[in-house]
Amino acid sequence: MQFVLSDPSLHWRDLWFLLQGAGHTLWVTLVAGLLGTLGGILLGWMRFGSVWLRWFTAPYVDVVRSVPMIIQLILANSFLALSGLGVNAFWLSVLVLSSSMAVVTSEVVRGGLEAVPPTYRRAARSLGINWLQEFCHISAPLALRTSFAAWVGLLLGLAKDSALVSVVGYVEYMKSTQILITRTHEALLLLLGVGLFYFVICYPVSRYSARLERRMAL
Amino acid sequence: MFGYTFYWSLVWDAIPELLAGAWLTVQLAALSMLLGTVFGLPLAVARRQGEGRAYRLATAWVELARNTPTLFQIYMMYFGLGALGIQISSYWAVLIALTFNNTGYLAEIFRGGLAGIARQQLAAARSLGLNQRQGYLHVVFPQLLRIVFPGYVTQAVWAMLNTSLGMLVGLQELSGAAQSAQSVSFRSFEFFLITALIYYVIAKLIEFGARAVFWRWLRT
Repeated sequence: MQFVLSDPSLHWRDLWFLLQGAGHTLWVTLVAGLLGTLGGILLGWMRFGSVWLRWFTAPYVDVVRSVPMIIQLILANSFLALSGLGVNAFWLSVLVLSSSMAVVTSEVVRGGLEAVPPTYRRAARSLGINWLQEFCHISAPLALRTSFAAWVGLLLGLAKDSALVSVVGYVEYMKSTQILITRTHEALLLLLGVGLFYFVICYPVSRYSARLERRMAL
Repeated sequence: MFGYTFYWSLVWDAIPELLAGAWLTVQLAALSMLLGTVFGLPLAVARRQGEGRAYRLATAWVELARNTPTLFQIYMMYFGLGALGIQISSYWAVLIALTFNNTGYLAEIFRGGLAGIARQQLAAARSLGLNQRQGYLHVVFPQLLRIVFPGYVTQAVWAMLNTSLGMLVGLQELSGAAQSAQSVSFRSFEFFLITALIYYVIAKLIEFGARAVFWRWLRT
C-alpha cells in the first residue's frame, strides 16, 4: 500500500479556505460588534445615569480593560469547559469580544452623554416632555454626534482583536492562514495577504471616521 | 455542574516562573514605549508638515501600524522575516513589532497634542537663537508631555497588555510562562486566573504610578 502525502504547495482551492476564514472574521466581528454595541449603550447609559450603578459596574469595566484579551479568551474557555456547558468556539469568541466591546463602547457613550449640556436637558424637561422623550429626542442625538467617530474606531479595534479568537479554536482568517503556513511554508506571501486583508477593511473606514470627526466637531 | 476542585498549590509552586514572566512583560512594555516615544515624536512632527518625503513615510508608518492587527505585526517579524532568511528570536520579534505598533499610535497622540501648542512658540524659540531641533526639544516637547499625558498612560497600559501576544510566538513573558507552567498539569483555569490577576496589578501600578508622576511633576 502506498501512502499519498498531501501536496504541500499552495493551490487555488486554498483560496476558498482563506475566503471562508475571511468570512468567519467578518461574521464574528459583525455579531460581536452588534451585541457589544447594544450592551455598551445600555451599560454606558446606566453608568451615566446612576452613581450607584457606576460604582457597581466599575469592577467589571476595570477588569475587562486591565486583562489582555487573549487571557480573557483562555479563561472563558477553561471556565466553560469546567462548567460543562457546551458552548462552541464561535459563541465563546462572540461572548468575550462583545463583552470587551460593550465595556469600551460604554465609556464612549458615557462620555457622549456627559458632553450634552445639562441646561439642554433641563430646558427639555421644563417644556413638559418626559425623560424618555428627552433621551430619545435631545440627549441621544447629541451624544451620537460626539461619539460616533470614536465608536467607529472601537469597531475597527474589534475587527483587529478578532484575530486573537483562534486561541479558543475558532478558525478565522488569521488561523486559516496559520494552517496554510504550517502546510506550505509560504509564510511571507500568506502573511502579506493577512496584512492586506485587514488594511483594506480598516484603512478606508478609519479615513472615513477621521473625516466624519472633523465634520461633526461641535 | 461544577464538580471541580481547585489546586492552588500547583500555581503556588510556579510563582517564581510567573514572576519572571511578569518581569519580562514589564521590560518589553517599558522598552517598546520608550522606543515608541523616541520614534513617535519625529513622526508626529513630520505628519504635521503635510507634504514631502518625511510626511509620506510617517503617514505610511502610522496607517500601517494602526490598521493591521498587532498579532499580524508580530507574526510578520517572526515568521515573515524568517521566510526571508532573517531569523530573529521571539524576544526581538515582539519588541520590534510592539515598537512599530506603539510608534504608530503614539505619533497620532503626539500629533493631537502638537495641535494644542501654538506654532508661534517655535518661531519665538527660533528668534531667540535656538535651531529647529533645539526648539522642539526644549520648548515644544516638554509642554507636549503634559498635554498628552492621559493618552500616553492609556497607551502604556495597552502596550503592556499587548505583550501577551508574545505567547503565540513562544516567548516566555507572563502569558507564555503561564502557558508552559500549566502544560505540566493542565490546570489552566487556576494558572490563567492568577495570570489575569498579575496583569491587573501591573496595569493598576502603571496607572497609579502615572498619577503620582502627574501629581508630583506635571501639575499646573
